Amino acid sequence: MTEALLRVERLSVALPTRSGYHHAVDDLSFAVDAGEIMGIAGESGSGKTMTALSLFGLLPPGAQVTGSIRLDGTELTALSTRQLRAVRGRQIAMVSQDPATSLHPILPVGTQLTEHMRYHLGVDKAEARLRAAALLETVRIPDPERALRAYPGQFSGGMRQRIAIAVALAAEPRLLVADEPTTALDVTVQAGILRLLDRLCRERGMAVIVITHDLGVMSAIAGRLAVMYAGRLAEAGPTAELLTRPRHPYTRGLLDALPHPERGGTPLVPIGGSPPSLGQVPDGCPFHPRCKYAEASCAAERPEPVTVDAGHLLACPPDPLKVGA
Amino acid sequence: MSSGETVLELAGVAVEYGRRGQRVRAVDGVSLTVARGQITGLVGESGCGKSSLARAAVGLEPLAAGTVTFEGRPVTPLSRRRRPEYLRGLQMVFQDPYESLNPRRKVGEIIADGVTLGGGSHADGLARAAELLDRVGLPASAADSYPHEFSGGQRQRIAIARTLAAGPACLIADEPISALDASAQAQIANLLGELVSGSSLGLVLVSHDLSVVRQVAHRVAVMYLGRIVEIGDTETVWSNPRHPYTEALVAAIPRADGAGVLPADLPGDVPDPASPPSGCRFHPRCPIAQDSCREHDQRLAPVAGREIACEVRATVKAGS
Repeated sequence: MTEALLRVERLSVALPTRSGYHHAVDDLSFAVDAGEIMGIAGESGSGKTMTALSLFGLLPPGAQVTGSIRLDGTELTALSTRQLRAVRGRQIAMVSQDPATSLHPILPVGTQLTEHMRYHLGVDKAEARLRAAALLETVRIPDPERALRAYPGQFSGGMRQRIAIAVALAAEPRLLVADEPTTALDVTVQAGILRLLDRLCRERGMAVIVITHDLGVMSAIAGRLAVMYAGRLAEAGPTAELLTRPRHPYTRGLLDALPHPERGGTPLVPIGGSPPSLGQVPDGCPFHPRCKYAEASCAAERPEPVTVDAGHLLACPPDPLKVGA
Repeated sequence: MSSGETVLELAGVAVEYGRRGQRVRAVDGVSLTVARGQITGLVGESGCGKSSLARAAVGLEPLAAGTVTFEGRPVTPLSRRRRPEYLRGLQMVFQDPYESLNPRRKVGEIIADGVTLGGGSHADGLARAAELLDRVGLPASAADSYPHEFSGGQRQRIAIARTLAAGPACLIADEPISALDASAQAQIANLLGELVSGSSLGLVLVSHDLSVVRQVAHRVAVMYLGRIVEIGDTETVWSNPRHPYTEALVAAIPRADGAGVLPADLPGDVPDPASPPSGCRFHPRCPIAQDSCREHDQRLAPVAGREIACEVRATVKAGS
């Protein structure tokens, strides 16, 4: 078996609250190969953002991490702050939901792009400037030379997000983590960003983890998909399979709640109730109080993800959606 | 007060903002009617003026031109004077239920305000609050809790119950679901549909989420840079968009069908409304633009069962 670029094993993140430590991420395992786009889906509070932050060692103060995060064989959880600094930006980079907070408002775009290159790649100022202009061209910012001298506030939301992606790409990372990269954007702008991420993966062999609750976005760009609920893995597998033949009742519920372009006028089918908050995760399967297929055992036994098909993991022992069941 | 009758009418509405000494027209000559018992969807990219139009419709923004008429009487901009009594039937639901509810007051009191401000007693208000909580799908016990005790979707239900307490004939909902979680979005979209269906309530649903508008709205108006470019029955517009901008919007929606198809890109950004392009405002991004589009202002004209503001498409249709 060839080693994946990123291998996360039995990762748990516990956050301190007034009522003690509670798991935001609970025993999560997944791997990402070079050149692959993997999606992590789930509602707010499902632990998807905490999973992303744990890769960067950027969890809130007091967070307790157990398990293993290996990037190209290097154990990230064992690195010192100084060692991590050489990994962040250089090996793995992040794009967050809101470009207004990820870009520095009073530094010119050029400075924000070139400082990464000079720090991580050791190139000189003139060379960094050239590369920065080329990068802006890659993300389709018109008139890159002028854009380098401009400030983030002078661009529209869609252009700012493209600039934020350019900053993340500045040191040529091998893995890009995009946390809700298009949620704040209009569909037309979103389409441009999705096409850009897809192209960068194919051209550079870069791996991307896309975190979003938008299954339409997943369908468009992610080859594999992991669905999280209450900090745990509910289901994972090839995106096409999960979206057409979901096996976990939660995945099914997320799909049923979506408006269908071909089914206009019919009421949406929401999942009843809301996701549990930190520290109030039910025993057994965390989804059982909202699950219409729940059995008595679901409240008692904690389901573990098991392989049900090639590359398809499912944490739902009753498996009520199995074809032929 | 029958379903289908016009409750709110906007005619030639323009909204302007001052920016560094110059006037920027966010809404430029929009006419729209809202019918009872129907949801009218208003969609477009950010900066297209849909929120400005929504605010102008309830009197939160002064009009630079045009009129807004609610139940036959003029909607006057909010001022230091008391809002006219007859405008109590015109209410707004805001985007963010974390900001639109007073955190220091109990839910029951917040909802009861709608009744007491209309001259009802406090007891009537609390009784009505219990009814309305039930109508929006919350337990009556919610009345004794504070807003922070609820999730985003539940708070938006509370905000909707509060507007319903005023006994509205028309609701303007500005992005009521975009701040919510995926499953809560479906719940609130369904709730809006239930409130309007079979009632005499008219609803304007402003949203950048086209698929939700498609699901619940009877009619849809597509805005671009301050103007309506296509308007008609949702089904007609969606299944076969005729304006090139509507086409681009519909094609850009990613579908969760597992087919792995990248959505179509619409190059370019929405131009600065301070210096809109001449002629058709969409022409710099339009795949079918002709020289004449640079010069001719486009007017809405009926084409294939809806109205579009595109003379290229209108001519092709008439000629074919």
